[in-house]
Amino acid sequence: MKITDIFKKKSSSDVAKDRLKFVLVSDRANCSPDLMKKIRSDIIEVLSKYAEIDMDGIDISLTQMDTEENGKTVPALYANIPIKNMNHNSK
Amino acid sequence: MGEVIVVTSGKGGVGKTTTTANLGTGLAKLNKKVVLIDTDIGLRNLDVVMGLENRIVYNLVDVIEENCKLKQALIKDKRYPTLFLLPAAQTKDKTSVTPEQMKGLTDELKQEYDYIILDCPAGIEQGFKNAIAGADKALVVTTPEVSAVRDADRIIGLLEANEVKDPQLIVNRLRPDMIKRGDMMSADDVVDILAVDLIGQIPDDENIVVSTNNGEPLVGDNSQAGQAYMNICRRVTGENVPFLDLDVKKGLFGWLRRK
Repeated sequence: MKITDIFKKKSSSDVAKDRLKFVLVSDRANCSPDLMKKIRSDIIEVLSKYAEIDMDGIDISLTQMDTEENGKTVPALYANIPIKNMNHNSK
Repeated sequence: MGEVIVVTSGKGGVGKTTTTANLGTGLAKLNKKVVLIDTDIGLRNLDVVMGLENRIVYNLVDVIEENCKLKQALIKDKRYPTLFLLPAAQTKDKTSVTPEQMKGLTDELKQEYDYIILDCPAGIEQGFKNAIAGADKALVVTTPEVSAVRDADRIIGLLEANEVKDPQLIVNRLRPDMIKRGDMMSADDVVDILAVDLIGQIPDDENIVVSTNNGEPLVGDNSQAGQAYMNICRRVTGENVPFLDLDVKKGLFGWLRRK
């Protein structure tokens, strides 16, 4: 990504940029960390009906996605949920 | 017909008032007719930065409440005859003025002056709403710090929601040495994050403190900040010329890099 990535320690300006990108995504979407937590647990609850989920590997977060029109970005929900086993005889 | 420009930031202490004073003085240097309005009712500051604090008789609230004529409240600058200041009231609060009244005032001033520049208070409450009510365009001032950039993003969102389109960004207090070390975000980094057009980058310059001490904006002098502010003024006047901004910006950036 950047030359600075070669070195182990990130420069503080890169840290600032990364932190800002994250905080602005949730600011812009008007989505509090609390709400994210609820969305996360609801998604897990629903999916658990159909599959056994690897709880340690779950990554659910709000990110930004480029739209096709004039380079604007919109918030997007990113979810990476590893499945251990499918529950074929679901309740 | 003049243009109404609001200088805003969200966060306090990033250089709104200094920017307003230098922008106004610089535009007057370019022979434009300019009115500066301090909309920070209760916490006026633009008068001392301009060095006009001893000349105040009437203020913004007096004009709105029709205690005086508009012309009576406008204070002529010490050095530039086409530059005027309408100071904020010190003893009232921000609810003494409504957005509709502010729009009426700026619409009237637009008839006679080339630029009406509003110094917006920090925050997003009534004072902010008053300041942006009549604005044709907005300059958002920020510094390369996470708190200031975050607030700038919020302000940009609010400006767009209030139909003040395409705000332009001024990144203030840049320290090229720290940027080089990787310990400060560059203006480009900030532009990247906020996704708005850059109209200026001001280096952190101790001459600003001296100029504020003296009550004489330094725009156009030999200092780094003075030149950076003058470049912003030229961009403000020349904004209808395509690609001019970009070239000037590149030049300035190269100059910042070389430091």
